[in-house]
Amino acid sequence: MPVVTRQGQPAWRLRTPRTVLLAWLVWFLIVAVLVWSWQFVSERTIWAFVADAPRQGGDLMARMVPPDWAYTAMLWQPLWDTINIATLGTLLAIIIATPLAFVAARNTTPALPGLRALALLIIVASRSINALIWALLLVMILGPGVLAGIIAIALRSIGFIGKLLYEAIEESDAKPVEAIIATGASPAQMRLYAIVPQVMPAFAGISVYRWDINIREATILGLVGAGGIGLELMASVNVLAWGRVSMIFLLILATVLASEWVSARVRAAVT
Amino acid sequence: MSTRVWHRPPLIGDARLRWGLSVGFLAYLVLAVGSLEVNWQRVAEGLERGSAFAAALFSPDFTSRGDAILEGFLESLAMTFVSTTIGLLLAIPVAVGAARNLSPLPIYLLCRGFIAVSRSFQEIIIAILFVAMLGFGPLAGVATLAFASIGFIAKLLAEDIEAMDPKPLEAIRATGGSAAQTLHWAVMPVVLPRLVGVSMYRLDINFRESAIIGIVGAGGIGATLNTAFDRYEYDTAAAILLLIIVIVLASEYASGYIRGRLR
Repeated sequence: MPVVTRQGQPAWRLRTPRTVLLAWLVWFLIVAVLVWSWQFVSERTIWAFVADAPRQGGDLMARMVPPDWAYTAMLWQPLWDTINIATLGTLLAIIIATPLAFVAARNTTPALPGLRALALLIIVASRSINALIWALLLVMILGPGVLAGIIAIALRSIGFIGKLLYEAIEESDAKPVEAIIATGASPAQMRLYAIVPQVMPAFAGISVYRWDINIREATILGLVGAGGIGLELMASVNVLAWGRVSMIFLLILATVLASEWVSARVRAAVT
Repeated sequence: MSTRVWHRPPLIGDARLRWGLSVGFLAYLVLAVGSLEVNWQRVAEGLERGSAFAAALFSPDFTSRGDAILEGFLESLAMTFVSTTIGLLLAIPVAVGAARNLSPLPIYLLCRGFIAVSRSFQEIIIAILFVAMLGFGPLAGVATLAFASIGFIAKLLAEDIEAMDPKPLEAIRATGGSAAQTLHWAVMPVVLPRLVGVSMYRLDINFRESAIIGIVGAGGIGATLNTAFDRYEYDTAAAILLLIIVIVLASEYASGYIRGRLR
């Protein structure tokens, strides 16, 4: 217990002098970093524009307010593309991530050294790059269009689904595995009859959850040319057609809410 | 004599629902794949570029645009710190307002509404609006990330406040404590570790997002990356991507470590 001597008497303190000093040092560092960061941002800001911001903002809102309802007729095709990007991308990711998860899970990985590390590396690399960056890359390689979007969504989702699924596999109960092996099952039969039934609900939940996230992400992939409703959004922003922009926002909001509802229903049903 | 054959139990018990879902999904798949328009000639041309980029990943060029990369990363980091702090400071009152055990219904609904709006839109969509309002540059990025952080931190914090033990609240109120004193002596000690944890988590997310919102002009490393792609400088782009992966991993481990220590 931290005790200091004050006027010859021991006195209780909440913290030792060293921790007090350390706490002040940490606070000082945080404030110093913040001040430096703010200066950095401030130097690169044209404050004349910022002074104008409330008027600009009000102007923007005024232009957005009657959403361009007639424009919806042109939005159904991009919306269909958006849903396809999310769904097919998730499907592609599931097909790749499932075997990957079985390789990455400690209890089902093949006894080949290095294979598990490779699977983990793929999962980590896929997870740390945003779908939009993947899309930027793929649009450059494959050209603009829905295909680039589907692959971008898939590349991002492999890591997500792979990670959650391999954790579910590692958490599965070992007893059914032993029981199935005791009947003389091959390793493949063991996975199919002992592991798969155990992780099936988790698998369905993870997939639908990622599909829901992917619907959100697919709405913006068009900003870099990867198809879907984002293309229309970028086109409308570029010509400053704010009435169309707000219409697209409303449609995106409705789609996201609908997919969230579906995902919540399915996840409630399987768990 | 009929032999009974064992089958594995299906995931969906109801046979009609199972078949309905399967057939519906197959029909959707046919329609969706049928509506894909792929320019295979363009894809074939692109494979060459793809292999060029894959080669660049193994020989990244950190130096020839070194200044721009450093500037981009510093900008991203500065945006991350400032926006997380602003977001955190503004999220605390919103979280208190959105906790049903502390706030009256009108304030509760207002704060919950704000959180819902802030969380529904992707950062990049908010960034488009802020760039239109504040002009190009990191300040638009700071505003975007701060706005998104408010919803995120406030939601998690409000849930934590709502889940807290009502006894400390009652005890402080029984001694005649004011609303501010109740917050300080009853609520804060309970939610402080959680608050630090959530902020670390959001710091991590804000850095990732700062790499994206540059694409629409809101500053940060995303702008540098976009420029590199536009100029077909694959080796510089590869260097930036590798750096993003390394920093994201480092910050994920760091924030995980700090959150683990707090528990």
